[in-house]
Amino acid sequence: MTAKYALRFGALGYLALLLLLPVGLVFYRTFEHGFHPAWAAVTNPEAQHALWLTLIIAAIAVPANTLFGVVLAIALVRHRFPGRGLVNAIVDLPLALSPVVVGLSLYLLYGTGGWLGGLAGHGIKILFALPGMTLATIFVSLPFVVREVVPVLREIGTDQEQAAETLGAAPFTTFWRITLPAIRWAVGYGVVLTTARAIGEFGAVSIVSGRIEGKTETLPLYVQSQFEGFNTTGAFAACVVLALIALATVLVMRIFRPKEEAA
Amino acid sequence: MATNAAAAVSRGAVLGRAGGGLARGIAVGYLSLIVLVPLAALVWSSRSQGLHTFWQEVTKPEASSALKLTVVVSLLVAAFNALTGTAIAWVLVRDSFPGKGIVNAVIDLPFALPTVVAGLVLLELYGPSSPFGVDVAFQRTGLVLALLFVTLPFVVRSVQPVLLELDREMEEAAESLGAGRLAVFRRIVFPNLLPAILSGVALAFARAVGEFGSVVLISGNIPFKTEVSSVYIAGQIESGNPAGAAAVSVLLLLISLAVLLAIGAFRHWRTRHDR
Amino acid sequence: MRRISLSLFPLLILAAAVVVGASAATASTTLSLVAYSTPKDAYAKIIPAFQATSAGKNVSFNQSYGASGDQARAVAAGLSADIVALSLEPDVSTLVKKGIVPSNWNQNRYHGMVTDSVVVFEVRDGNPKKIHTWADLTRSGVQVITPNPFTSGGARWNVMAAYGAERAQGKTDSQAIAYLKKLFKNVSVLPKSAREATQVFASGKGDVLLTYENEAIYANRKGVHTEYVLPKQTILVENPVALTKSGLKHPEAKAFLNYLWSSKAQKILGDTGYRPVVKSVAASPKYHFKQPKSLFTINSKALGLRGWRSVQYRFFDHSAGIMVRVIGH
Repeated sequence: MTAKYALRFGALGYLALLLLLPVGLVFYRTFEHGFHPAWAAVTNPEAQHALWLTLIIAAIAVPANTLFGVVLAIALVRHRFPGRGLVNAIVDLPLALSPVVVGLSLYLLYGTGGWLGGLAGHGIKILFALPGMTLATIFVSLPFVVREVVPVLREIGTDQEQAAETLGAAPFTTFWRITLPAIRWAVGYGVVLTTARAIGEFGAVSIVSGRIEGKTETLPLYVQSQFEGFNTTGAFAACVVLALIALATVLVMRIFRPKEEAA
Repeated sequence: MATNAAAAVSRGAVLGRAGGGLARGIAVGYLSLIVLVPLAALVWSSRSQGLHTFWQEVTKPEASSALKLTVVVSLLVAAFNALTGTAIAWVLVRDSFPGKGIVNAVIDLPFALPTVVAGLVLLELYGPSSPFGVDVAFQRTGLVLALLFVTLPFVVRSVQPVLLELDREMEEAAESLGAGRLAVFRRIVFPNLLPAILSGVALAFARAVGEFGSVVLISGNIPFKTEVSSVYIAGQIESGNPAGAAAVSVLLLLISLAVLLAIGAFRHWRTRHDR
Repeated sequence: MRRISLSLFPLLILAAAVVVGASAATASTTLSLVAYSTPKDAYAKIIPAFQATSAGKNVSFNQSYGASGDQARAVAAGLSADIVALSLEPDVSTLVKKGIVPSNWNQNRYHGMVTDSVVVFEVRDGNPKKIHTWADLTRSGVQVITPNPFTSGGARWNVMAAYGAERAQGKTDSQAIAYLKKLFKNVSVLPKSAREATQVFASGKGDVLLTYENEAIYANRKGVHTEYVLPKQTILVENPVALTKSGLKHPEAKAFLNYLWSSKAQKILGDTGYRPVVKSVAASPKYHFKQPKSLFTINSKALGLRGWRSVQYRFFDHSAGIMVRVIGH
């Protein structure tokens, strides 16, 4: 009996010290000097643009990774093709890469002197502009939809799909009517994970962004620049916005994966 | 009728293969553009000044010290997570207490929170301006703390579903035959959880090795003491040495891949007699 | 339905972004200012002041601030810049080498330098450890904070100030280098940039921070409880500003550059803690800073300081520099 309480106390204590207290402190520090300074800190144009930019990048990265994620998952599970194992490994690669390395590789590719560095000369700005930051975000949030959908596709098998084909359904109809509904929870969960990762990205984007105020500063970068300028209220207020978005994301994750709790 | 249906199926099959092929081609092209080509540029840059320079860069004292620190601390953190993650998963699945739902939801927070926010937050609570008078910033402890924070969800979320699915009958049978709780855990539950724990450990390790945003604020980035590879790489970029940064990046990637393969192989070996 | 509309969505967003971006750039000129972090507040005031002049009408600015080396690197990698304002000359020289800044950038009355400062000791309020001299920094129990000289321009000013101060006290070259070794034994944290170092010190770590005078003043303004000590011997820090080749194409950029030496802009810079370079402003009592007894520059040959190019190689080269031995264990 005491073992049960010891375990509960230990686990909850660990979580409180590591997770709940720090996050609670952010809220406290933000509103320490009252609501108004915190509100002013996040409603100024620079902060608003940073939030907007963060959301726009996510709005591009998430659908792109969802669409290609589903196609890749189907290709990996349903079709045999040469290099399948390699593709599988490459999809998982962003999970093992430091964001700094991701930023560096984009910087080397698209920067002056890189293989695609010439694009800038033709007026196509990749680095220090939206495209570069979006590419970095897509890179780091790539695996999630694929990883969630692949096991489900394996599990459900091809029986229903084959039945549909023998009944004369076109391949797209099969996909739309049979496959997609079967994987929609996995896709939903993958989308939420991708969104969380895209909004929270910092390291890779900080290398390719150029930090142009009001143009290429995302909200996490804004947190850093406020902190550096000793505007702690501003930094923490932006942290609160990001923490609230994170909390919302986390709650949506519960909707798509309620099974983690005991019955 | 039958021939029409058969023709439709074979037409559909051909179209399916062609359409599937096209979609697959586009998807693989996407993957290449987003992931492969930049990484190729990275590898190319790392050897751009010759293999001799590559070797020089990765064997520089500061670089190798950072690599050693990164791998050792990440392994320790991942191993520690194996313990705490399993314990937390156990409490969330087998125990019940008011507020459990909230605690369960909050586990994912470190994944959803931007790393720079995590770093700032930990610095405030456990750094020089800590309300508790605890100051572990700019030391290895601060580094470990940041890594524990960001790797929290992985083992927990990996173990939970398995624990849920676990059939209690065997445990109950063993207990009724007189086995102690610890023995039940060790002999019956643990072997079933091991693959999931190892998956979580692999994810935690991969995350810890590359972590940047939270570490850069609280660890102090002291060369030879608390500087991890991701910070060293960023520093090399900042000192105008992108080839050196690329060299260390490539080595870091190879090392993490090697450890991940080892964990996967160990897991495969341990579960080879299952099903 | 859902899948199709989901894939159209990013296209719509991109289109919206393009439209918004295009409409922001009206018939006026847009100049890009890329600067290091410290003068951000100053430029926030100087730019509107410039825009109020006839030369600055209808000129809008893109501004980017970050660590000096970071910014130089970004410009070298393609970040658009018409005017670069960096913390030390070598960062501009990197851009000259890459052909982004013309080599005659500093051929004007002020040699391209827009502000001055000095290296000082920032200490806790009341200076509890009684730190006044360079020798005090090597006392046991004194924790010194300075950024990493391989990633931070500010750190290089600190190192050369320390070296030059020893030489100014009559020490030889090897004695001065030995001093550097003793100094760095007391260095407990090596942040990546000058601003980060200020942060670390402000958060309560260390007893003394080696930093620019204007950075110390900035911290005070922001409520950090520190004061600073002007050492007897210290180095004159000169911060460059330059037009890039693309900036040269816009007469407004040249006008902005010249405006930085106007007394109004120099007064704004003086208000943020810089020492003005324009003599008339520097002479006025409000902007008259205390002069150290022995002020030297990076070009004080008598003290073994032969300009940034030789110092950069001798002290800060990644493999052969003196600092590699000083910092490494």
